[in-house]
Amino acid sequence: MGANGTDASPAQTCDSRNSTPPGRVADIAKTGVDMTDKAVPDAATQRDIYRRMALIKANDERSRKVIHAGRVVMPYYSPRGQEVIPSAISVNLTDDDYICTIYRGTHDMLAKGVPLRDLWAELAGRVTGTCKGKGGPMHITHPKSGVMVTTGIVGSSMPIANGLAWGSQLKGDGRVTVAYFGDGASNIGAFHESLNMASVWKLPVIFVCQNNEWGEHTSYEKATSARQIADRAHGYSMPGVRVDGNDPFAMYAAAKEAIDRARAGGGPTLIEAMTYRFHGHVLGDADAYMDKARKQAAIDADPVPRFRTLLIDTGVATEAELAAMEAEIEAALDDAIEYALASAWPGVEELSRDVFAQGAV
Amino acid sequence: MSATTKKAAKENILQAINRALADAMESDDSVLVLGEDVADPEEGGVVGVTRGLSTRFGEQRVRSTPISEQAIIGAAIGASLVGFKPVAEIMLMNFTTVAMDMIVNHAAKLRFMSGGQTHVPIVIRTMTGTGFGTGGQHCDYLEAWFAHTAGIKVVAPSSPRDAYGLMRSAIDDPDPVLFIENLPTYWLPDEPAEKGFRVPLGKANVLAEGRDVTIIAYARMVNEAKAALPKLAEAGISAELIDLRSIAPWDQETVLASVARTGRAVVVHEAVTPFGVGAEISAVLHEKLFRQLHAPVKRLGGAFCPVPFSKPLETAFAPQAADIVAAAQALVAA
Repeated sequence: MGANGTDASPAQTCDSRNSTPPGRVADIAKTGVDMTDKAVPDAATQRDIYRRMALIKANDERSRKVIHAGRVVMPYYSPRGQEVIPSAISVNLTDDDYICTIYRGTHDMLAKGVPLRDLWAELAGRVTGTCKGKGGPMHITHPKSGVMVTTGIVGSSMPIANGLAWGSQLKGDGRVTVAYFGDGASNIGAFHESLNMASVWKLPVIFVCQNNEWGEHTSYEKATSARQIADRAHGYSMPGVRVDGNDPFAMYAAAKEAIDRARAGGGPTLIEAMTYRFHGHVLGDADAYMDKARKQAAIDADPVPRFRTLLIDTGVATEAELAAMEAEIEAALDDAIEYALASAWPGVEELSRDVFAQGAV
Repeated sequence: MSATTKKAAKENILQAINRALADAMESDDSVLVLGEDVADPEEGGVVGVTRGLSTRFGEQRVRSTPISEQAIIGAAIGASLVGFKPVAEIMLMNFTTVAMDMIVNHAAKLRFMSGGQTHVPIVIRTMTGTGFGTGGQHCDYLEAWFAHTAGIKVVAPSSPRDAYGLMRSAIDDPDPVLFIENLPTYWLPDEPAEKGFRVPLGKANVLAEGRDVTIIAYARMVNEAKAALPKLAEAGISAELIDLRSIAPWDQETVLASVARTGRAVVVHEAVTPFGVGAEISAVLHEKLFRQLHAPVKRLGGAFCPVPFSKPLETAFAPQAADIVAAAQALVAA
């Protein structure tokens, strides 16, 4: 099926009926997902989702500022525009659940609960960082919050996520694993090997494709043969769901369904969460290859202020409550960055530590 | 000991590895086995190394996998991060090439990149070796690639006793270990190891003591070197033979002590010579023993070409006993 194919999708839950749950954002892109019987997050959960989204947005803005000021030197892959996906997923997870994420994964880590001080110290390459400064932004690991692997290799979150899920299956501990990756990764072999094995073994894993329409500098249309990535689940006999990844309610419902199924032993799900990358591949990339009008439309539909307005309009939160929440986030960022920059650099003895259990042999 | 009882007591390398896996699984519930065809409905591996394990320990712990090497190593890594000790089989060493990302970028590096928060106690079993006419993609020795990677250990036993002892140590080890098995010598019977025996990783074995030259070998090349010893003795050359057993880390202490005495060294491996393990050992010997060497260290390795199919070519590809004899004689004459 070509990119412009019009065949009916074999992916599940994609029949299009125009039902809108109460309070649903009015202007979200139509994904055809029927929300009639879908779970709607309660008010506290909605505020929790927003808190995580606001943290990701504020952290992104702060990252640019700090890098541009030369205070922290690091490669930075902005997740701006993709805040909803891990936020709406993570409220369905506990600290005991695992995630494997990728180099564009700050949002996934923050949503999962990596503490800001530990994160920023790692971004700054300091010894107080999650990984003693030895991993850096592309390799954040924080098992206490379930962030088991962050990989800089496209597609490689998935094979390892299977192993974590296999461990849970063997132990019967009821945990689930979420593997995050982008649309570009659905074209790499690891995706196909992993979905197949997860399906054959009925692993408690959720494959979350954050389809931001770009694989580095190359567009989805130019690189991907599937009409939609969710269709690829069909080839591996697992449910495939395409959802508006910028709609907190749709994302929450799709995540909850997949997570509940995985916990109950029902096996894996592929979720294709539609979103858009607001910036170039990496900070410093002028993104000349991105269509300006398309990008502007995505920025105009920024999911963070949109959800903020919705929460106020529907009485889930007051302007004052959200402003206080945001002020708290800014203060926590001030504290984390100050802490990171005041922390010591790792000593050169770290070169020979952690290569093996015994150090370097 | 009579010939009969001695024969009954022997086992081959294949049986030794099978027994090591079974003993490890028996003593530790966290030990898992996964790989293509490894469970008994699939005949316990293509040559039967894992035969009987799934019947005894169940297919939850002994899992046949799809032909998906990245997924195999990924599953092993993930399970190891949450407390299991998986032994993953990559059927043939050439097939590690399609799982290099998982092995090199992930298994070997997660401990360091996480600042020691996580570690990857997996064993990757793989078999290889020329001699069966399998041509250019089924019998390469690629150990140098892995030995060149910080964070993974590499071993290659040449006897049933070492195979058992190294496998037990590899499973015990808290870091990834690549365990290289030689296909053509799987079935050679020899003395078995006692249950629970361990060979420490990084420890070589001096198989023969000598004065004039040190031969350093591993895997099947140990057998070629053994065959060279009587011929060298006939020529009046007293050769010391060291079975390296562990390639990374390698036992510098034992090798340096030996070469310091003999003043001459031949390093033999089946892998191609350029940029190989022999080059590393040779470099260290020259750096540390330059003034004690009577002649430059000699490397013997496979021809620098893909492994050929045709029998005379395949035989000529890898070093043989006669090559080792000639190399040692040349060093002594130098």
